Amino acid sequence: MVIPAWNEVCTVAEVVCEVRERCPGVDVLVVDDGSWDDTVRAAGSAGALVCRLPFNLGVGGAMRTGYRYALRQGYDVVVQVDADGQHDPAYLEKLVAGLVDADIVIGARFAGEGAYPARGPRRWAMVILAKVPSRLAGQRLTDVTSGFRAANLRAITVFATHYPTEYLGDTVESLIIALRNGCRVTQVPVAMRPRAAGRASQSPFRSSVYLLRALIALGLGLVRRWPHIPELPPREGC
Amino acid sequence: MNPDFLLGLVGSVITLVVLFEMLRRHQLREKYAIFWVVVALAAIVVAIFPRALFWAAQVTGVEVPTNLLFFVASFVLLVVSVQHSYELGRMEERTRTLAEELALLRMETQDLREAARERDA
Repeated sequence: MVIPAWNEVCTVAEVVCEVRERCPGVDVLVVDDGSWDDTVRAAGSAGALVCRLPFNLGVGGAMRTGYRYALRQGYDVVVQVDADGQHDPAYLEKLVAGLVDADIVIGARFAGEGAYPARGPRRWAMVILAKVPSRLAGQRLTDVTSGFRAANLRAITVFATHYPTEYLGDTVESLIIALRNGCRVTQVPVAMRPRAAGRASQSPFRSSVYLLRALIALGLGLVRRWPHIPELPPREGC
Repeated sequence: MNPDFLLGLVGSVITLVVLFEMLRRHQLREKYAIFWVVVALAAIVVAIFPRALFWAAQVTGVEVPTNLLFFVASFVLLVVSVQHSYELGRMEERTRTLAEELALLRMETQDLREAARERDA
């Protein structure tokens, strides 16, 4: 379990405790993305392994660090959870169970479960973001920007090499990279809790900017060349 | 020689002197200095032989020779800026990778230290 955290002192300990309570056999790694608050101590005293980046790299940097750690330590499954408490660890088992016939399982809202308000350009952005990856995956994916994902060894190998740090690149583009490297992606419906702290941008202007950035991330993901990954493990199951 | 070209000559010579001094103080790497030295030398050539510029304008079909000078100069600056952006992006990617590796190594050494302490105890 990898949790990227940047100045999340209020919530990170709670998330770690909750995960450890619900899934006692799971190793929890918090990647601290150069926080200047007490995130490191909070996560450490809650019982997580803590990896400290020397300065802020963005979620992508924190996640690639997490995936590299997992690959080197020989883990075969990584679950990625946000530190702000909006992902319910109760869905963890469901996500991991989905890996039997996929390389990446996304915990998706708008998939029938839970209510999460989104309107206007932000909503359109989500619709467009859903269409293209769905087509590539041959699967209906409704929430590609979700930071709640499970990945198997094949996906871990891809993400340990390529994980963009740009905003939205870390979710959308990384998924496209995985798909283009032959990973199968599915989703599992989850209910997201409202953020315990912080808020999502909702003003129309910011939503439009978000839409534009989403399109850029999506487009770049589709046209970019990614250096070949040499030791990609073969597909498992089917 | 008209004053405009004298200005160009003085500017180029100052540029060359500054470049030399920066190289001497290890503040500039050769691979970047070479480019600017070439630019400064070209400017000196144009300042001393303005006819070269008039000739080039005639050959390329530019009516006002100084326009050719401005065009070439701004194009060169554009290319250099793009090149620098490229270098910057590459450096960022490298520092990012280094930061990630550093974080992982820091965690590993801490683990090893703790393990050693337990063994000693």
